Order: sequence, then C-alpha cells, then structure tokens
Amino acid sequence: MLLRGKAHKFSDNVNTDYIISGKYKFKTLNMNELAKHVMEDLDPDFYSKIEKGDFIVAGQNFGSGSSREQAPLAIKHANISGVLAKSFARIFFRNAINTGLPVIECDTDKIDKGDKLRVDMAKGKIINETKNLTLDVNPLPSVMIEILNDGGLAKHFKKNKGFKI
Amino acid sequence: MGQTIAEKILSNHCKNEVYADDLVIADVDFVMSQDGTTPLAINAFEKMGQKTVFDPKKVAFVIDHSAPSPLEGVSNLHTLMRDFANKHDINIYDIGCGVCHQLIPEQGHIVPSNLVVGADSHTCSYGAINVFSTGVGSTDCAAAMASGKLWFKVPPTIKINCSRALVKGVYSKDLILYIIGELSADGATYKAVEFIGETIDNLSIDARFTISNMAVEMGAKAGLMLADSKTKEWVSQRNSNRFITVEPDNDANYEKELDFDFSNLKPQVAKPHTVDNVVSVDKVADTTIHQGVIGTCTNGRLEDLKIAANVLKKHPVSKNCRLIIAPASKDIFIKAMKKGLIETFVKAGAAVVTPGCGPCVGTHNGVPSDGENVISSANRNFKGRMGNTNANIFLASPATVTASVVTGKITDPREFL
Ligand code: SF4
Repeated sequence: MLLRGKAHKFSDNVNTDYIISGKYKFKTLNMNELAKHVMEDLDPDFYSKIEKGDFIVAGQNFGSGSSREQAPLAIKHANISGVLAKSFARIFFRNAINTGLPVIECDTDKIDKGDKLRVDMAKGKIINETKNLTLDVNPLPSVMIEILNDGGLAKHFKKNKGFKI
Repeated sequence: MGQTIAEKILSNHCKNEVYADDLVIADVDFVMSQDGTTPLAINAFEKMGQKTVFDPKKVAFVIDHSAPSPLEGVSNLHTLMRDFANKHDINIYDIGCGVCHQLIPEQGHIVPSNLVVGADSHTCSYGAINVFSTGVGSTDCAAAMASGKLWFKVPPTIKINCSRALVKGVYSKDLILYIIGELSADGATYKAVEFIGETIDNLSIDARFTISNMAVEMGAKAGLMLADSKTKEWVSQRNSNRFITVEPDNDANYEKELDFDFSNLKPQVAKPHTVDNVVSVDKVADTTIHQGVIGTCTNGRLEDLKIAANVLKKHPVSKNCRLIIAPASKDIFIKAMKKGLIETFVKAGAAVVTPGCGPCVGTHNGVPSDGENVISSANRNFKGRMGNTNANIFLASPATVTASVVTGKITDPREFL
C-alpha cells in the first residue's frame, strides 16, 4: 500500500469529539455527511482544504476519548489517506485499522504543514519528499497488518471466518 | 513467573499462560453496545456475513445516549437496534432503563474474573468489581457478538498503591481526578492499571466504579481492583452463580509502581478543556457557574444522589444557576424516590431527567449557551462535549457540583458539611 499526499498539522490530544462531534455522530450513518464536519471544532474550514490523499499529522494521543468508529470513518470519507501521529489512543488505533484507515506512529516533529509525504505501509517507511527525509515507523502488530491488508476487520473476518493471527 | 490481574484474566480466557505484550485470541463473557455505537456494529455484523450471535444471553444493547430520542434520525437508529435485538433475542435496555455502565453490572450480567468488551470507551468501569473489561469500536464489537472471541494485546500493568483513607468531603472522584492530573491524559495508554490499597478498601462499590470508569481518561485499557468481601456481597446480590476472583501474584511484573498518600487530598476540579487539567478546588473557587450536572456513568449512583440531597435539603439551587440530575439507572431512580431524594431535588429547584447519559454528551437534555460555565460530575470536559463549543466544562465530585450550584460559583463542599 503506497500513499501520497500533503500534510495537515494538528497538535497533541486531538480527541474524538474534535474529530467528529457527538452532536453529529448520533444523527446519521451517512459517513459522507459526517465527513464534512471532520475536525470542525479545531478548524472550521478543514474539510474544504483537503485534497484527495492528504494526511492528518498530529502530536501525541491522537483519537483519545470515545470509542466511536465514526471518528476514523469520517476521516477516511473526507479523502484523507492516513493519520500520522507520535502516539494514538488505544481504541482509536484499533478502530482505524478495523475500518481500513492507515495509522502510523512516528516522530511527526519532522513534518511541517504542507510537506509532501510518501508512505509505504508494507515496508513501514515514510518519506518526507519536501525535506528529503526518511522517518522511522513503529511497526504494527502482525494481526493488524493482516486486517489492514484485507481492507478492514469486517472483510478479514468474512474471508477467514474469524480471526487469523 | 508471577502474573498481574490482567495477565491472569486474559490467560484464563485463551487457555494459555500469557504475559504483557503477547497477542491472544480470547473468549469473551459479555458484549455490550449502546445507541451511539450499535448501528455501526449491526452494519459490520452484516458485512461479515453473520447470521447469528454467539450467545444471545451474553449480548446487550442499551439505548442511553439519546434517550428518549430528540431527533428523527436518532429514532430510526433506535428502531434498527430494537429490530435487531428482537430478531436475535438479545438483551435490550430501552429508554429510561439507564446508562450502560450502570446497567451491565447492576443487572447481574457480569461477575469477577470475567472478560468483557463494550462498544463504549468507559467499559473499563467494571474493573471496580474485578472484571477485565475494555472499550472497543463497533467492528470489534460485531466480531465479538458473532464469534464470542476477540484479539487482544496483553497490556503491561501500572500498579497504583493508594494509602490512607480520604477525609470527609473528599471522594473517589477527587482521587481519580488527582491521579489523572499527575499521570496526564495519555499516562497509561495501552496499559492496564491496578488500583490497590487502603484508600480503595475503604470505599463503597459505588465509589470504586467512579475510579475505574475514569481509567480511560489517562488512556488505560482497564482499571482493575481486587475483589474483597464488599465486592463479593455486591455481586452475589445480583447474580446467583458461583464465581472466582483474581488477585495478582506477589512476584507479578509491573511496568511501574506508583505510591500515593491520600490523607491530605483536597476536593479536585478538572478545568476546561482536558480531563488532566486538574487543580484543587481553592484554585478555581469563585468561578461563576451557570449550570450543574449530577449523573452519568461516573457519578449518577445512589450514594452520589444522597450526597447532593443532603446539601439541597437545606440549601436551594441559586437563582442564577440550573441543576440537572440524571439518575444512572431506573433502579437508582426508584430507590432515590423511596428515600425522598427526588422530592428534595425538585423542591430545591433541580430538573430531574430520564435515567441515561443525560446532558453528558451533548445530544439533548441541557446544552449550555455560549460563554457559560458548567460544573459536572461526568468524566469528560472536552470542548463541545455538551453540545456547545463555546461553553466551558469543569469536572468535580457530586458534592462539589452541589455546593457550587447552591452558591452560583465553584465552592469547596466542605463548607456545607
Ligand atoms: S454517561 Fe456520558 S460518559 Fe457515560 S456512557 Fe453515557 S455518554 Fe458516555
């Protein structure tokens, strides 16, 4: 899986209420509708700034808070190809992989707003093309790689008739 | 090699001796989801091509987040849940029954040593009764509903030794706010926490739930406690099955051990907009308050309502302030009614709303206006959490919330004892 796009930067502790507010998520299962409100409380115009394939790049503890799967789904449906952060909250991390949104732990201080990035999920490599830098990545547990490669947990589960570790 | 509580419970459920960082597929004893997460879980269940749930008795849906429904979109999602529950004959707690994290233990669905997953981040609450329980998303929940299994990475454990009893006017909410302030919002991410020691032993089960409930506010996967005679009695009153309890081994391996002496702890307040932004109440005293909330899975239990009623019996809610009270369950509501607490609340000027999440998550029941300050007994004060990004939320114990709505500003509850 090869991903390419530019970086949108956010700070530490971006919680699930910021990713998609509770006032929207309970109303609908239409993710394209929810996607329009992604990160709205942090940046009201965020959705209109996204070009297909862009990355969200953040600090520590991205996705803290609720277990709502609407959070990674709304990001995915906003045409974001992946989230890079110094660390992730546990439930968000699982949910992202389960819904097929690539999430990667790395040192995001080496990425600035607007930098062009190339991410090779299979090799576990990030290249900051703007800065001509290669970043190290914390590898995913094997079961998560299987799930991501199958396109998310629902597909993985159907294909293997259960989990495969 | 010795094991922690988390390692023991996960070992028992994958029939293998496992330790921190091992990957396992384990059998779960109970699966729960609520109205914010169930619709997506049903979608995922169908995408997996599943026809039946693994055991209808071990699955429950709770309609608590927007209950009763404030909008037609929500109503349609509730109907989707009811139809699925009826078709598969699983437990459903409809509007008015209460908050999921009160109901699952209170209705006797779980016992010590169980492994439980719930599609809600505060599922870690049941650690208070020696259950390894953790929050998952809708797709994980669907997989668990279908197969009775889920994959886990065995978490390393941080042991928090809590010594000395809390003084009068200081509660388990103050204790956990203080710990979160010390460890920070991601101080225990991916880890289990064991809360152990004299301070915990002295607490009621109601008070212990408050602590385990908020373990996730420092990122923890589980917030575990030992099962003592109080736990066993509490559980036996609700579930007649025999059960085992789980203790850590003396030579268990902890990632970290922290010691806290709580004898001098003061009432604590988490300031906007993060839960780890914690100070003692004197640092924010006199902050104007427009609305108070008592309820939620953190502090909506009978003990909490009694604390509030004791103050409100003599002191009404300030004219410049509102108070919203949501008992955490129907059982609590009935008990509070029998004890005359509800009458006290209403006479004091509070609005008592349907058992459930109430205004905690901004769906209905008390959205604050721009610029208002709210003091709440809930567990999250994120910007916009209660439905308005221009409001400020302070978190505190039910005693501090009550004292503050009586005076109209943040107040040390010890002034009213
Ligand atoms: S009371 Fe609040 S924190 Fe608890 S389950 Fe409901 S919405 Fe979540």
